Amino acid sequence: MTEYCKRGYLLVSEIGEKPSEERLRQKKVAFIECPQEIPCNACVHSCKFDAVLMDNINAPPKMDYDACTGCMRCIRVCPGLAIFMLEIKDDMGRVTMPYEFLPVPEKGETVKLLNREGKEVGEGTVTWVLPPERNEGTALVTVEMNKDLIYEVRAFRVV
Amino acid sequence: MVRLERHPILEFKKGKRVTIYFDGRPVEAYEGETVAAALYASGLRIFSRSFRFHRPRGFFCAIGKCSSCMMEVDGIPNVRTCKVYVRDGMQIRSQNSFPNVNTDFYEIFDRLDSLFPHGFHYKKFIKPSFMRPFFVNSLRKFTGLGNFPKEELGEEAYKKEIECDIAIIGAGPAGLSAAIYAGELGADICLIDENPRVGGQLIKQTHRFFGSAEHGAGTRGIKIAEQLEEEIKRYENVNLMLRTGVFGIYNGVVGAVRDNTLLKIKPKKIIIATGAYERTLIFENNDLPGVYGAGGVQTLMNVYGVRPGDTGLVVGSGNVGLILTYQLLQAGVNVAAIIEAMPVIGGYFVHAAKVRRLGVPIYTRHTIKRAYGSKTVEGAQIIALDDKWQEIPGSGRDIECDFICISVGLSPTHELLYQAGCEMKFVPNLGGFVPVRDKYMETTKKGIYVAGDVAGIEEASTAMIEGRISGLDSAIKLGYGDEKAKEMREKMVMELEDMRSGPFGIRILEGLKHVVV
Repeated sequence: MTEYCKRGYLLVSEIGEKPSEERLRQKKVAFIECPQEIPCNACVHSCKFDAVLMDNINAPPKMDYDACTGCMRCIRVCPGLAIFMLEIKDDMGRVTMPYEFLPVPEKGETVKLLNREGKEVGEGTVTWVLPPERNEGTALVTVEMNKDLIYEVRAFRVV
Repeated sequence: MVRLERHPILEFKKGKRVTIYFDGRPVEAYEGETVAAALYASGLRIFSRSFRFHRPRGFFCAIGKCSSCMMEVDGIPNVRTCKVYVRDGMQIRSQNSFPNVNTDFYEIFDRLDSLFPHGFHYKKFIKPSFMRPFFVNSLRKFTGLGNFPKEELGEEAYKKEIECDIAIIGAGPAGLSAAIYAGELGADICLIDENPRVGGQLIKQTHRFFGSAEHGAGTRGIKIAEQLEEEIKRYENVNLMLRTGVFGIYNGVVGAVRDNTLLKIKPKKIIIATGAYERTLIFENNDLPGVYGAGGVQTLMNVYGVRPGDTGLVVGSGNVGLILTYQLLQAGVNVAAIIEAMPVIGGYFVHAAKVRRLGVPIYTRHTIKRAYGSKTVEGAQIIALDDKWQEIPGSGRDIECDFICISVGLSPTHELLYQAGCEMKFVPNLGGFVPVRDKYMETTKKGIYVAGDVAGIEEASTAMIEGRISGLDSAIKLGYGDEKAKEMREKMVMELEDMRSGPFGIRILEGLKHVVV
């Protein structure tokens, strides 16, 4: 029995292969946290660069980090909200997260950072927002934070 | 505020403002909403009382599958208020209470229940025999649900016969898909649904759907409903019959009622796509208003824009429970916890991760012991279970909440299948009694097909494929379509197999072994 199915969240040790730090510094890259076999392939079809790989509709997706251009098509369609864009810019970490709540934060706003368990792990600054009306209700929000937190933070709270 | 003004996904378009009356008191309502939703929005939680022990009764399933919300509407007793739409000046009355539903003197029967065990009237109040008529007359005043109408309704009634190639009962994802695929081949179709809108339960699904990208994965349920509705309206050969309730199938003739008209529909093939209803759970006080079906809460919140309460407890961590939790958070409602009796979370991991990272705890190996409260839910007690499903003594703890959502699975709405004479089998993996059928979804009663949850509880994505298969096969057998249609039918059968090839499909495939011949 898989432990994450008891907990409802992944431990950092369970998140699978990470992109290299060098890759993270080049441009943003999609990072998928979808370990379970479920019948869904929305991300594979959204990718124009064959960066998301899947053997069959039930297989968990695998990422080819070198092929990924950071175009964000997959994060826009993922029904599990399980894709995040990661990047290191000016030695600061940036995580782009799907957000389906109100109010939608604005650029420059400070938000509380939450980890996979919903615990507060610090504060971050919003650097970019795709408004919900431009993505059928799901806003995309990029938050700048300490670069050590990019594999921890998976949600945020507007304060 | 009980009514939701802003929502991250939905836009609530209120209809014209009207006034309905509850026990003579005016209540604000909006055209297009049900009586139950309007009363709930006004803050009313107790709709009526039970007739025996006068326990409070209120909202539960919101889709007309239970009897919890029955009230007297315009003089007619026992009307399910979740299925009746408001009209200006409507008179709604509670049932079985005196002097009013909140303070009911007969509530005393609930405390004196030991004096009135089941069947007491065979043993008590029978002697002396000359007093018996008096006792019987007195007791009868306390029995029965509601009161008889005081005057004759005197409405005109009509009847009408309709002939068609295929009658499809239920316009949810399965029924709509069947109608589209059979309609494309040119069959003459009656698509029948009791609701004023097509889409079935899709109309309350605000989340994006999983599935194959070719068939709308990543699209929200509400959007899929809109797309299917638009598509169905393009076919002139599909006769869409809304607000029409089917009550029986007699030798291949479908009996239905729309307003005051009795409809006799004579189809050559019938597709039954009636969906499923929610199960409930046994625990102390599970009948209190505030204990709701998870789907009922979705309807209340996402269709009518009414907040169910301030803090909820979700029982069951299947996809319905997980999605509902996320939707509650989106509506600004707190969720105290999700509890699950199984040792693992039942639904998709990604759905669980979505609510965990927002801080909602999921307690596996826990069940609900009791709901607290005398008139409505004021809290709950949960308890841990051991590996043998026994309660662990001393592990009980209280949860603060003002409503409880039960999402412990669904059962197929199979009554029409039974009544039509289809062979049924009890298959727990598929949710209960399901029909025996072939791979094209035709039951043992030739010409009667099934599709969607009524054939076995699964996802909307598989329901749509089953709908397509049944639509294609029934039309092909009536002589519509060519080789291409047959190829499409085989392709759909293959696609369905693909969808079920993962670990979540194992249970379904095990179950299907017993019913697919």
